[in-house]
Amino acid sequence: MTDTFIHSLTGFINKTFVITEFELRKLRHDFTELITRALQPALWLLIFGQVFARSGMMHTGNIPYLDFIAPGILAQSVLFVAIFYGINVIWERDLGIVQKFLVSPTPRAALVLGKGFSAGIRTLSQAIVVYGLSLLLGVKLDWSPLALLNVFVVVVLAATLFSTFSLIIACIVKTRERFMGVGQVLTMPLFFASNAIYPTTIMPAWLRVISHLNPLTYVVDALRTSMLAGSTSVFGLGIDYAVILTTTIVLVLIGARLYPQLGV
Amino acid sequence: MSANIVCNCDPRKDPHPAYNLAVTTPVVEIDNLSRRFGEFTAVDSLTLEANAGEVFGLLGSNGAGKSTTIKMLTTLLPPSSGEARVGGFSITTQPVEVRRAIGYVPQAVSVDGSLTGYENLLIFSKLYDIPHREQEARIREQLNLVDLSREADRLVNQYSGGMVRRLEIAQSTLHRPRVLFLDEPTVGLDPIARDAVWKHLIDLKNNYGTTLFLTTHYLEDAESHCDRIAIMHMGKLAALGTLKELEVSLGSGDHTLDEVFVYYAGTTLDPGGGFRDVSIERTTEQRLG
Repeated sequence: MTDTFIHSLTGFINKTFVITEFELRKLRHDFTELITRALQPALWLLIFGQVFARSGMMHTGNIPYLDFIAPGILAQSVLFVAIFYGINVIWERDLGIVQKFLVSPTPRAALVLGKGFSAGIRTLSQAIVVYGLSLLLGVKLDWSPLALLNVFVVVVLAATLFSTFSLIIACIVKTRERFMGVGQVLTMPLFFASNAIYPTTIMPAWLRVISHLNPLTYVVDALRTSMLAGSTSVFGLGIDYAVILTTTIVLVLIGARLYPQLGV
Repeated sequence: MSANIVCNCDPRKDPHPAYNLAVTTPVVEIDNLSRRFGEFTAVDSLTLEANAGEVFGLLGSNGAGKSTTIKMLTTLLPPSSGEARVGGFSITTQPVEVRRAIGYVPQAVSVDGSLTGYENLLIFSKLYDIPHREQEARIREQLNLVDLSREADRLVNQYSGGMVRRLEIAQSTLHRPRVLFLDEPTVGLDPIARDAVWKHLIDLKNNYGTTLFLTTHYLEDAESHCDRIAIMHMGKLAALGTLKELEVSLGSGDHTLDEVFVYYAGTTLDPGGGFRDVSIERTTEQRLG
Protein backbone atom coordinates (compact mmCIF):
# COMPACT_ATOMS: atom_id res chain seq x y z
CA MET A 1 0.00 0.00 0.00
CA THR A 2 2.64 2.54 1.04
CA ASP A 3 4.87 1.17 -1.70
CA THR A 4 2.35 1.92 -4.41
CA PHE A 5 1.73 5.32 -2.85
CA ILE A 6 5.42 6.19 -2.86
CA HIS A 7 5.70 4.81 -6.37
CA SER A 8 2.89 6.97 -7.68
CA LEU A 9 4.19 9.99 -5.79
CA THR A 10 7.67 9.71 -7.29
CA GLY A 11 6.03 9.09 -10.66
CA PHE A 12 3.97 12.23 -10.20
CA ILE A 13 6.97 14.38 -9.26
CA ASN A 14 9.03 12.91 -12.09
CA LYS A 15 6.30 13.63 -14.67
CA THR A 16 5.80 17.15 -13.34
CA PHE A 17 9.45 17.91 -13.99
CA VAL A 18 9.33 16.32 -17.45
CA ILE A 19 6.56 18.75 -18.36
CA THR A 20 8.54 21.64 -16.90
CA GLU A 21 11.60 20.56 -18.85
CA PHE A 22 9.51 20.41 -22.04
CA GLU A 23 8.39 24.01 -21.54
CA LEU A 24 11.85 25.27 -20.66
CA ARG A 25 13.46 23.63 -23.67
CA LYS A 26 11.25 25.81 -25.84
CA LEU A 27 12.66 28.84 -24.09
CA ARG A 28 16.18 27.75 -24.90
CA HIS A 29 15.41 27.98 -28.61
CA ASP A 30 13.76 31.36 -28.39
CA PHE A 31 14.30 33.65 -25.44
CA THR A 32 13.20 36.91 -27.06
CA GLU A 33 10.06 36.83 -24.93
CA LEU A 34 12.20 37.09 -21.81
CA ILE A 35 13.69 40.33 -23.08
CA THR A 36 10.41 41.94 -24.16
CA ARG A 37 8.91 41.05 -20.82
CA ALA A 38 11.55 43.07 -19.02
CA LEU A 39 10.10 46.32 -20.33
CA GLN A 40 6.99 46.47 -18.21
CA PRO A 41 8.57 46.37 -14.73
CA ALA A 42 11.11 48.93 -15.96
CA LEU A 43 8.32 51.36 -16.92
CA TRP A 44 6.50 50.93 -13.62
CA LEU A 45 9.59 51.43 -11.49
CA LEU A 46 11.30 54.15 -13.50
CA ILE A 47 8.23 56.23 -14.35
CA PHE A 48 5.34 55.47 -12.03
CA GLY A 49 7.61 54.77 -9.06
CA GLN A 50 9.80 57.85 -9.50
CA VAL A 51 6.85 60.20 -9.96
CA PHE A 52 4.92 58.94 -6.96
CA ALA A 53 8.02 58.88 -4.81
CA ARG A 54 8.58 62.58 -5.60
CA SER A 55 4.97 63.48 -4.95
CA GLY A 56 5.29 62.33 -1.36
CA MET A 57 1.62 61.35 -1.40
CA MET A 58 2.11 57.78 -0.28
CA HIS A 59 2.79 57.17 3.40
CA THR A 60 4.75 53.99 3.57
CA GLY A 61 6.10 54.27 7.10
CA ASN A 62 9.82 54.08 7.60
CA ILE A 63 10.68 52.78 4.14
CA PRO A 64 10.93 55.09 1.10
CA TYR A 65 8.20 54.72 -1.53
CA LEU A 66 10.53 53.38 -4.22
CA ASP A 67 11.71 50.67 -1.84
CA PHE A 68 8.08 49.98 -0.98
CA ILE A 69 6.94 49.40 -4.53
CA ALA A 70 9.99 47.49 -5.86
CA PRO A 71 8.70 44.13 -4.47
CA GLY A 72 5.17 45.18 -5.46
CA ILE A 73 6.26 45.68 -9.06
CA LEU A 74 8.02 42.32 -9.04
CA ALA A 75 4.79 40.68 -7.82
CA GLN A 76 2.81 42.61 -10.40
CA SER A 77 5.01 41.61 -13.31
CA VAL A 78 4.84 37.98 -12.17
CA LEU A 79 1.04 38.31 -12.10
CA PHE A 80 0.83 39.98 -15.51
CA VAL A 81 3.01 37.36 -17.18
CA ALA A 82 1.36 34.39 -15.45
CA ILE A 83 -2.25 35.48 -15.94
CA PHE A 84 -1.93 35.28 -19.74
CA TYR A 85 -0.32 31.87 -19.60
CA GLY A 86 -3.64 30.25 -20.47
CA ILE A 87 -3.42 31.64 -23.99
CA ASN A 88 -0.62 29.11 -24.67
CA VAL A 89 -2.85 26.36 -23.40
CA ILE A 90 -5.61 27.38 -25.80
CA TRP A 91 -3.07 27.57 -28.61
CA GLU A 92 -1.89 24.05 -27.77
CA ARG A 93 -5.47 22.88 -27.80
CA ASP A 94 -6.10 24.36 -31.25
CA LEU A 95 -3.13 22.34 -32.38
CA GLY A 96 -3.34 18.73 -31.17
CA ILE A 97 -0.73 19.04 -28.44
CA VAL A 98 -3.09 19.02 -25.45
CA GLN A 99 -4.81 15.91 -26.84
CA LYS A 100 -1.47 14.18 -27.27
CA PHE A 101 -0.51 14.81 -23.65
CA LEU A 102 -3.93 13.71 -22.42
CA VAL A 103 -3.69 10.43 -24.31
CA SER A 104 -0.37 9.69 -22.59
CA PRO A 105 -0.53 7.99 -19.17
CA THR A 106 0.66 11.18 -17.42
CA PRO A 107 -1.29 12.18 -14.29
CA ARG A 108 -3.43 15.23 -15.09
CA ALA A 109 -2.22 17.10 -12.03
CA ALA A 110 1.39 16.60 -13.20
CA LEU A 111 0.51 18.17 -16.56
CA VAL A 112 -1.01 21.18 -14.82
CA LEU A 113 1.64 21.61 -12.14
CA GLY A 114 4.51 21.05 -14.58
CA LYS A 115 3.23 23.85 -16.78
CA GLY A 116 2.79 26.05 -13.71
CA PHE A 117 6.38 25.50 -12.59
CA SER A 118 7.70 26.35 -16.02
CA ALA A 119 5.80 29.65 -15.87
CA GLY A 120 7.44 30.13 -12.48
CA ILE A 121 10.92 29.62 -13.81
CA ARG A 122 10.22 31.89 -16.77
CA THR A 123 9.25 34.74 -14.46
CA LEU A 124 12.58 34.54 -12.64
CA SER A 125 13.88 36.79 -15.40
CA GLN A 126 11.48 39.43 -14.09
CA ALA A 127 13.09 39.11 -10.66
CA ILE A 128 16.51 39.72 -12.16
CA VAL A 129 15.26 42.83 -13.96
CA VAL A 130 13.60 44.23 -10.84
CA TYR A 131 16.74 43.57 -8.78
CA GLY A 132 18.87 45.33 -11.39
CA LEU A 133 16.61 48.36 -11.49
CA SER A 134 16.35 48.45 -7.70
CA LEU A 135 20.12 48.56 -7.46
CA LEU A 136 20.17 51.43 -9.93
CA LEU A 137 17.53 53.35 -8.00
CA GLY A 138 19.23 52.82 -4.66
CA VAL A 139 16.66 50.53 -3.08
CA LYS A 140 18.07 48.97 0.10
CA LEU A 141 18.03 45.27 -0.73
CA ASP A 142 18.65 42.33 1.57
CA TRP A 143 21.37 40.24 -0.06
CA SER A 144 21.49 37.45 2.51
CA PRO A 145 21.23 33.98 0.92
CA LEU A 146 18.10 33.19 2.94
CA ALA A 147 16.37 36.35 1.69
CA LEU A 148 17.31 35.55 -1.92
CA LEU A 149 16.11 31.98 -1.52
CA ASN A 150 12.79 33.23 -0.17
CA VAL A 151 12.37 35.60 -3.12
CA PHE A 152 13.19 32.76 -5.53
CA VAL A 153 10.66 30.39 -3.96
CA VAL A 154 7.92 33.00 -3.63
CA VAL A 155 8.30 34.15 -7.26
CA VAL A 156 8.15 30.57 -8.57
CA LEU A 157 5.16 29.72 -6.37
CA ALA A 158 3.31 32.92 -7.21
CA ALA A 159 3.77 32.35 -10.94
CA THR A 160 2.63 28.74 -10.51
CA LEU A 161 -0.43 29.97 -8.63
CA PHE A 162 -1.50 32.61 -11.16
CA SER A 163 -0.62 30.58 -14.25
CA THR A 164 -2.69 27.69 -12.92
CA PHE A 165 -5.51 30.14 -12.29
CA SER A 166 -5.06 31.24 -15.89
CA LEU A 167 -5.13 27.63 -17.10
CA ILE A 168 -8.44 27.14 -15.28
CA ILE A 169 -9.90 30.16 -17.07
CA ALA A 170 -8.61 28.77 -20.37
CA CYS A 171 -10.32 25.44 -19.67
CA ILE A 172 -13.59 27.27 -19.06
CA VAL A 173 -13.63 29.83 -21.88
CA LYS A 174 -11.74 27.69 -24.47
CA THR A 175 -11.27 30.43 -27.09
CA ARG A 176 -8.54 33.04 -27.39
CA GLU A 177 -10.93 35.95 -27.87
CA ARG A 178 -12.90 35.24 -24.72
CA PHE A 179 -9.72 34.52 -22.83
CA MET A 180 -8.19 37.89 -23.66
CA GLY A 181 -11.36 39.59 -22.45
CA VAL A 182 -11.44 37.71 -19.16
CA GLY A 183 -7.69 38.14 -18.65
CA GLN A 184 -7.96 41.92 -19.01
CA VAL A 185 -10.92 42.04 -16.63
CA LEU A 186 -9.07 40.06 -13.94
CA THR A 187 -5.56 41.51 -13.87
CA MET A 188 -6.30 45.09 -12.92
CA PRO A 189 -8.65 44.27 -10.00
CA LEU A 190 -6.15 41.71 -8.68
CA PHE A 191 -3.40 44.31 -8.94
CA PHE A 192 -5.26 47.27 -7.48
CA ALA A 193 -6.96 45.28 -4.72
CA SER A 194 -3.57 44.40 -3.28
CA ASN A 195 -0.75 46.04 -1.36
CA ALA A 196 1.51 46.16 -4.43
CA ILE A 197 1.71 49.93 -4.97
CA TYR A 198 0.12 51.30 -1.79
CA PRO A 199 -0.29 49.98 1.73
CA THR A 200 -3.67 48.44 2.56
CA THR A 201 -3.94 50.83 5.51
CA ILE A 202 -4.87 53.71 3.21
CA MET A 203 -7.65 51.68 1.54
CA PRO A 204 -11.34 52.10 2.31
CA ALA A 205 -12.55 49.32 4.61
CA TRP A 206 -14.38 47.31 1.92
CA LEU A 207 -11.34 47.27 -0.35
CA ARG A 208 -9.10 46.27 2.53
CA VAL A 209 -11.32 43.24 3.15
CA ILE A 210 -11.07 42.26 -0.51
CA SER A 211 -7.33 42.80 -0.52
CA HIS A 212 -6.98 40.36 2.35
CA LEU A 213 -8.75 37.72 0.27
CA ASN A 214 -6.41 38.35 -2.65
CA PRO A 215 -3.45 35.95 -2.82
CA LEU A 216 -1.37 38.67 -4.51
CA THR A 217 -1.39 40.61 -1.22
CA TYR A 218 0.38 37.72 0.51
CA VAL A 219 2.83 37.36 -2.38
CA VAL A 220 3.70 41.06 -2.11
CA ASP A 221 4.01 40.83 1.67
CA ALA A 222 6.37 37.85 1.42
CA LEU A 223 8.46 39.54 -1.27
CA ARG A 224 8.61 42.85 0.59
CA THR A 225 9.74 41.11 3.76
CA SER A 226 12.42 39.12 1.98
CA MET A 227 13.68 41.63 -0.56
CA LEU A 228 14.11 44.73 1.56
CA ALA A 229 16.64 45.18 4.31
CA GLY A 230 14.95 46.01 7.59
CA SER A 231 11.36 45.45 6.46
CA THR A 232 8.85 43.66 8.65
CA SER A 233 6.02 41.48 7.45
CA VAL A 234 2.39 42.52 7.96
CA PHE A 235 1.01 39.00 8.16
CA GLY A 236 4.13 36.99 8.99
CA LEU A 237 6.06 34.96 6.44
CA GLY A 238 4.47 31.74 7.73
CA ILE A 239 0.95 32.97 6.97
CA ASP A 240 2.10 34.25 3.57
CA TYR A 241 3.52 30.86 2.63
CA ALA A 242 0.50 29.01 4.00
CA VAL A 243 -1.93 31.11 1.93
CA ILE A 244 0.17 30.89 -1.25
CA LEU A 245 0.75 27.13 -0.96
CA THR A 246 -2.84 26.26 -0.09
CA THR A 247 -4.22 28.37 -2.93
CA THR A 248 -1.76 26.80 -5.37
CA ILE A 249 -2.65 23.25 -4.34
CA VAL A 250 -6.40 23.94 -4.57
CA LEU A 251 -5.98 25.53 -8.01
CA VAL A 252 -3.83 22.64 -9.29
CA LEU A 253 -6.49 20.17 -8.16
CA ILE A 254 -9.23 22.17 -9.89
CA GLY A 255 -7.03 22.55 -12.98
CA ALA A 256 -6.40 18.79 -13.09
CA ARG A 257 -10.18 18.23 -13.09
CA LEU A 258 -10.83 20.75 -15.87
CA TYR A 259 -7.79 20.24 -18.11
CA PRO A 260 -9.13 17.03 -19.76
CA GLN A 261 -12.05 19.10 -21.12
CA LEU A 262 -9.58 20.70 -23.52
CA GLY A 263 -9.01 17.33 -25.15
CA VAL A 264 -12.55 17.12 -26.46
CA MET B 1 -30.49 0.47 -46.90
CA SER B 2 -30.81 -1.61 -43.77
CA ALA B 3 -31.57 -4.93 -45.41
CA ASN B 4 -28.24 -6.04 -46.76
CA ILE B 5 -25.70 -8.59 -45.77
CA VAL B 6 -22.95 -6.51 -44.22
CA CYS B 7 -25.06 -3.87 -42.60
CA ASN B 8 -26.57 -4.03 -39.13
CA CYS B 9 -24.69 -7.10 -38.15
CA ASP B 10 -23.02 -7.71 -34.85
CA PRO B 11 -19.86 -9.49 -35.95
CA ARG B 12 -19.70 -11.54 -32.78
CA LYS B 13 -23.28 -12.80 -32.76
CA ASP B 14 -23.47 -13.13 -36.47
CA PRO B 15 -20.04 -13.96 -37.79
CA HIS B 16 -19.44 -13.32 -41.41
CA PRO B 17 -17.79 -16.28 -43.20
CA ALA B 18 -14.60 -14.29 -43.60
CA TYR B 19 -14.12 -14.14 -39.83
CA ASN B 20 -14.13 -17.88 -39.51
CA LEU B 21 -11.31 -18.39 -41.95
CA ALA B 22 -8.51 -16.67 -40.12
CA VAL B 23 -7.70 -16.86 -36.44
CA THR B 24 -8.36 -13.36 -35.21
CA THR B 25 -7.86 -11.64 -31.90
CA PRO B 26 -9.90 -8.52 -31.38
CA VAL B 27 -7.79 -5.68 -29.98
CA VAL B 28 -10.44 -2.99 -30.25
CA GLU B 29 -13.85 -4.18 -29.08
CA ILE B 30 -16.64 -1.63 -29.30
CA ASP B 31 -19.91 -2.64 -27.71
CA ASN B 32 -23.03 -0.55 -28.14
CA LEU B 33 -21.07 2.67 -27.73
CA SER B 34 -22.98 5.96 -27.85
CA ARG B 35 -22.12 9.58 -27.36
CA ARG B 36 -24.70 12.33 -27.17
CA PHE B 37 -24.09 16.07 -27.12
CA GLY B 38 -27.35 17.46 -25.76
CA GLU B 39 -30.05 16.49 -28.23
CA PHE B 40 -27.58 15.43 -30.87
CA THR B 41 -26.36 11.83 -31.00
CA ALA B 42 -22.90 11.84 -32.54
CA VAL B 43 -22.26 8.13 -32.13
CA ASP B 44 -25.29 5.85 -31.94
CA SER B 45 -24.99 2.31 -30.51
CA LEU B 46 -21.80 1.49 -32.36
CA THR B 47 -20.67 -2.14 -32.19
CA LEU B 48 -17.61 -3.43 -34.03
CA GLU B 49 -14.24 -5.07 -33.54
CA ALA B 50 -10.81 -4.49 -35.00
CA ASN B 51 -8.35 -7.37 -34.95
CA ALA B 52 -4.73 -7.46 -33.90
CA GLY B 53 -2.38 -6.53 -36.70
CA GLU B 54 -4.98 -5.24 -39.10
CA VAL B 55 -5.37 -1.89 -40.76
CA PHE B 56 -8.89 -0.82 -39.92
CA GLY B 57 -10.40 2.15 -41.72
CA LEU B 58 -13.32 4.14 -40.38
CA LEU B 59 -15.02 6.02 -43.20
CA GLY B 60 -17.93 8.39 -43.36
CA SER B 61 -18.80 11.88 -44.43
CA ASN B 62 -18.08 14.95 -42.29
CA GLY B 63 -19.92 14.66 -38.99
CA ALA B 64 -20.72 10.96 -39.33
CA GLY B 65 -19.20 10.32 -35.89
CA LYS B 66 -15.72 9.06 -36.81
CA SER B 67 -13.72 11.54 -34.77
CA THR B 68 -16.06 11.23 -31.79
CA THR B 69 -15.52 7.46 -31.91
CA ILE B 70 -11.73 7.88 -31.94
CA LYS B 71 -11.91 10.37 -29.07
CA MET B 72 -13.84 7.87 -26.98
CA LEU B 73 -11.47 5.01 -27.81
CA THR B 74 -8.45 7.14 -26.88
CA THR B 75 -10.08 8.11 -23.53
CA LEU B 76 -10.30 11.80 -24.45
CA LEU B 77 -14.07 11.76 -24.31
CA PRO B 78 -16.19 9.64 -21.95
CA PRO B 79 -19.02 7.76 -23.69
CA SER B 80 -22.63 8.53 -22.83
CA SER B 81 -23.40 4.83 -22.77
CA GLY B 82 -21.96 1.53 -23.90
CA GLU B 83 -18.45 0.21 -23.50
CA ALA B 84 -15.28 -0.40 -25.44
CA ARG B 85 -12.14 -2.36 -24.67
CA VAL B 86 -8.82 -1.45 -26.22
CA GLY B 87 -5.91 -3.85 -25.86
CA GLY B 88 -8.11 -5.73 -23.39
CA PHE B 89 -8.71 -2.72 -21.13
CA SER B 90 -11.95 -0.88 -20.56
CA ILE B 91 -11.99 2.74 -21.72
CA THR B 92 -14.37 3.65 -18.89
CA THR B 93 -12.82 1.88 -15.91
CA GLN B 94 -9.15 1.46 -16.93
CA PRO B 95 -8.29 4.63 -18.86
CA VAL B 96 -4.65 4.72 -17.70
CA GLU B 97 -4.02 1.14 -18.88
CA VAL B 98 -5.69 1.98 -22.20
CA ARG B 99 -3.39 5.01 -22.55
CA ARG B 100 -0.33 2.83 -22.05
CA ALA B 101 -1.55 0.42 -24.72
CA ILE B 102 -2.29 2.96 -27.44
CA GLY B 103 -0.72 5.67 -29.54
CA TYR B 104 -2.67 8.56 -31.02
CA VAL B 105 -2.01 10.86 -33.94
CA PRO B 106 -4.68 13.57 -33.82
CA GLN B 107 -5.81 15.27 -36.99
CA ALA B 108 -4.35 18.62 -35.91
CA VAL B 109 -0.59 19.08 -35.64
CA SER B 110 0.52 17.59 -32.33
CA VAL B 111 4.27 18.07 -32.23
CA ASP B 112 5.78 21.27 -30.91
CA GLY B 113 7.25 23.53 -33.57
CA SER B 114 9.52 25.32 -31.13
CA LEU B 115 11.43 22.14 -30.29
CA THR B 116 13.65 19.91 -32.42
CA GLY B 117 12.40 16.58 -33.73
CA TYR B 118 14.65 14.81 -31.24
CA GLU B 119 13.33 16.82 -28.31
CA ASN B 120 9.74 16.13 -29.28
CA LEU B 121 10.48 12.42 -29.05
CA LEU B 122 12.59 12.77 -25.91
CA ILE B 123 9.76 14.31 -23.88
CA PHE B 124 7.37 11.53 -24.81
CA SER B 125 9.90 8.79 -24.18
CA LYS B 126 10.07 10.18 -20.65
CA LEU B 127 6.31 10.47 -20.28
CA TYR B 128 5.90 6.85 -21.40
CA ASP B 129 8.50 5.63 -18.88
CA ILE B 130 11.00 4.27 -21.40
CA PRO B 131 14.03 3.40 -19.23
CA HIS B 132 16.62 6.14 -19.25
CA ARG B 133 19.35 3.96 -20.77
CA GLU B 134 17.15 2.90 -23.68
CA GLN B 135 15.75 6.35 -24.52
CA GLU B 136 18.40 7.50 -26.94
CA ALA B 137 18.51 4.20 -28.86
CA ARG B 138 14.72 4.06 -29.07
CA ILE B 139 14.47 7.64 -30.31
CA ARG B 140 17.14 7.00 -32.96
CA GLU B 141 15.33 3.85 -34.02
CA GLN B 142 12.05 5.74 -34.38
CA LEU B 143 13.66 8.59 -36.31
CA ASN B 144 15.22 6.03 -38.59
CA LEU B 145 11.89 4.27 -39.07
CA VAL B 146 10.28 7.44 -40.40
CA ASP B 147 13.36 8.64 -42.29
CA LEU B 148 13.98 11.70 -40.17
CA SER B 149 17.40 10.87 -38.72
CA ARG B 150 19.09 13.68 -40.59
CA GLU B 151 16.50 16.23 -39.52
CA ALA B 152 16.57 15.18 -35.85
CA ASP B 153 18.21 18.37 -34.59
CA ARG B 154 16.26 20.83 -36.69
CA LEU B 155 13.40 22.79 -35.19
CA VAL B 156 10.09 21.22 -36.17
CA ASN B 157 8.69 24.53 -37.43
CA GLN B 158 11.11 24.12 -40.36
CA TYR B 159 9.71 20.68 -41.26
CA SER B 160 7.44 20.08 -44.27
CA GLY B 161 3.91 18.77 -43.76
CA GLY B 162 4.85 15.21 -44.56
CA MET B 163 7.82 15.34 -42.19
CA VAL B 164 5.59 16.63 -39.40
CA ARG B 165 3.18 13.74 -39.88
CA ARG B 166 6.02 11.23 -39.90
CA LEU B 167 7.46 12.73 -36.73
CA GLU B 168 4.03 12.46 -35.11
CA ILE B 169 3.86 8.80 -36.05
CA ALA B 170 7.32 8.23 -34.55
CA GLN B 171 6.33 10.14 -31.42
CA SER B 172 3.12 8.24 -30.86
CA THR B 173 4.70 4.81 -31.28
CA LEU B 174 7.82 5.26 -29.10
CA HIS B 175 6.34 3.00 -26.45
CA ARG B 176 5.36 0.31 -28.99
CA PRO B 177 1.62 0.59 -28.55
CA ARG B 178 -0.60 -2.34 -29.55
CA VAL B 179 -3.00 0.00 -31.34
CA LEU B 180 -2.23 3.24 -33.13
CA PHE B 181 -5.20 5.54 -33.65
CA LEU B 182 -4.90 8.03 -36.47
CA ASP B 183 -7.43 10.72 -37.24
CA GLU B 184 -7.15 11.67 -40.93
CA PRO B 185 -3.40 10.90 -41.10
CA THR B 186 -2.96 12.06 -44.69
CA VAL B 187 -5.13 15.18 -44.67
CA GLY B 188 -3.50 18.10 -46.45
CA LEU B 189 -0.56 16.10 -47.80
CA ASP B 190 0.55 15.94 -51.42
CA PRO B 191 0.50 12.48 -53.06
CA ILE B 192 4.21 11.87 -52.55
CA ALA B 193 4.11 12.79 -48.87
CA ARG B 194 0.99 10.66 -48.51
CA ASP B 195 2.73 7.63 -49.98
CA ALA B 196 5.67 8.14 -47.63
CA VAL B 197 3.36 8.31 -44.60
CA TRP B 198 1.66 5.11 -45.68
CA LYS B 199 4.95 3.34 -46.29
CA HIS B 200 6.02 4.12 -42.72
CA LEU B 201 2.68 3.07 -41.28
CA ILE B 202 2.87 -0.27 -43.06
CA ASP B 203 6.47 -0.71 -41.85
CA LEU B 204 5.25 -0.13 -38.34
CA LYS B 205 2.56 -2.74 -38.74
CA ASN B 206 4.96 -5.27 -40.25
CA ASN B 207 7.81 -4.69 -37.80
CA TYR B 208 5.89 -4.44 -34.57
CA GLY B 209 2.46 -5.90 -35.33
CA THR B 210 0.86 -2.55 -34.50
CA THR B 211 -2.85 -2.44 -35.25
CA LEU B 212 -3.77 0.68 -37.18
CA PHE B 213 -7.20 2.14 -36.52
CA LEU B 214 -7.75 5.21 -38.64
CA THR B 215 -10.32 7.56 -40.05
CA THR B 216 -9.96 8.95 -43.53
CA HIS B 217 -11.79 10.95 -46.15
CA TYR B 218 -9.63 9.61 -48.91
CA LEU B 219 -11.30 6.57 -50.39
CA GLU B 220 -8.18 5.65 -52.34
CA ASP B 221 -6.25 5.44 -49.04
CA ALA B 222 -8.85 3.07 -47.67
CA GLU B 223 -8.91 1.14 -50.89
CA SER B 224 -5.20 0.48 -51.12
CA HIS B 225 -4.26 0.12 -47.45
CA CYS B 226 -7.13 -0.97 -45.23
CA ASP B 227 -7.72 -4.64 -44.50
CA ARG B 228 -11.25 -3.89 -43.40
CA ILE B 229 -13.47 -0.87 -43.68
CA ALA B 230 -16.33 0.37 -41.56
CA ILE B 231 -18.60 3.05 -42.97
CA MET B 232 -20.42 5.27 -40.51
CA HIS B 233 -23.51 7.29 -41.29
CA MET B 234 -25.37 9.52 -38.83
CA GLY B 235 -23.45 8.02 -35.94
CA LYS B 236 -24.36 4.46 -36.82
CA LEU B 237 -22.43 1.64 -38.41
CA ALA B 238 -23.72 1.45 -41.97
CA ALA B 239 -21.41 -1.21 -43.35
CA LEU B 240 -18.46 -3.30 -42.30
CA GLY B 241 -16.21 -5.68 -44.17
CA THR B 242 -13.29 -6.07 -46.52
CA LEU B 243 -13.33 -3.95 -49.63
CA LYS B 244 -14.36 -6.99 -51.65
CA GLU B 245 -17.21 -7.82 -49.30
CA LEU B 246 -18.47 -4.28 -49.42
CA GLU B 247 -18.38 -4.25 -53.20
CA VAL B 248 -20.15 -7.59 -53.41
CA SER B 249 -22.82 -6.37 -51.00
CA LEU B 250 -24.05 -3.92 -53.61
CA GLY B 251 -25.19 -6.78 -55.82
CA SER B 252 -24.07 -8.03 -59.16
CA GLY B 253 -21.68 -6.17 -61.39
CA ASP B 254 -18.51 -4.26 -60.74
CA HIS B 255 -18.59 -1.58 -58.08
CA THR B 256 -16.00 0.85 -56.88
CA LEU B 257 -15.46 1.92 -53.30
CA ASP B 258 -16.87 5.30 -54.33
CA GLU B 259 -20.16 3.64 -55.17
CA VAL B 260 -20.07 1.64 -51.96
CA PHE B 261 -19.44 4.80 -50.00
CA VAL B 262 -22.28 6.72 -51.59
CA TYR B 263 -24.58 3.73 -51.13
CA TYR B 264 -23.91 3.44 -47.39
CA ALA B 265 -22.95 6.94 -46.35
CA GLY B 266 -25.65 8.46 -48.55
CA THR B 267 -25.58 11.63 -50.53
CA THR B 268 -27.34 13.61 -47.83
CA LEU B 269 -25.00 15.60 -45.62
CA ASP B 270 -24.47 14.42 -42.05
CA PRO B 271 -25.62 16.92 -39.47
CA GLY B 272 -22.69 16.59 -37.03
CA GLY B 273 -19.27 18.10 -36.99
CA GLY B 274 -19.54 21.79 -36.37
CA PHE B 275 -17.44 24.83 -36.83
CA ARG B 276 -14.57 23.71 -34.62
CA ASP B 277 -14.07 20.45 -36.51
CA VAL B 278 -14.12 22.22 -39.84
CA SER B 279 -11.73 24.82 -38.54
CA ILE B 280 -9.29 22.17 -37.26
CA GLU B 281 -9.33 20.35 -40.56
CA ARG B 282 -8.76 23.50 -42.61
CA THR B 283 -5.98 24.74 -40.35
CA THR B 284 -4.31 21.36 -40.44
CA GLU B 285 -4.46 21.32 -44.21
CA GLN B 286 -3.02 24.79 -44.29
CA ARG B 287 -0.23 23.98 -41.84
CA LEU B 288 0.80 20.74 -43.46
CA GLY B 289 0.12 21.62 -47.06
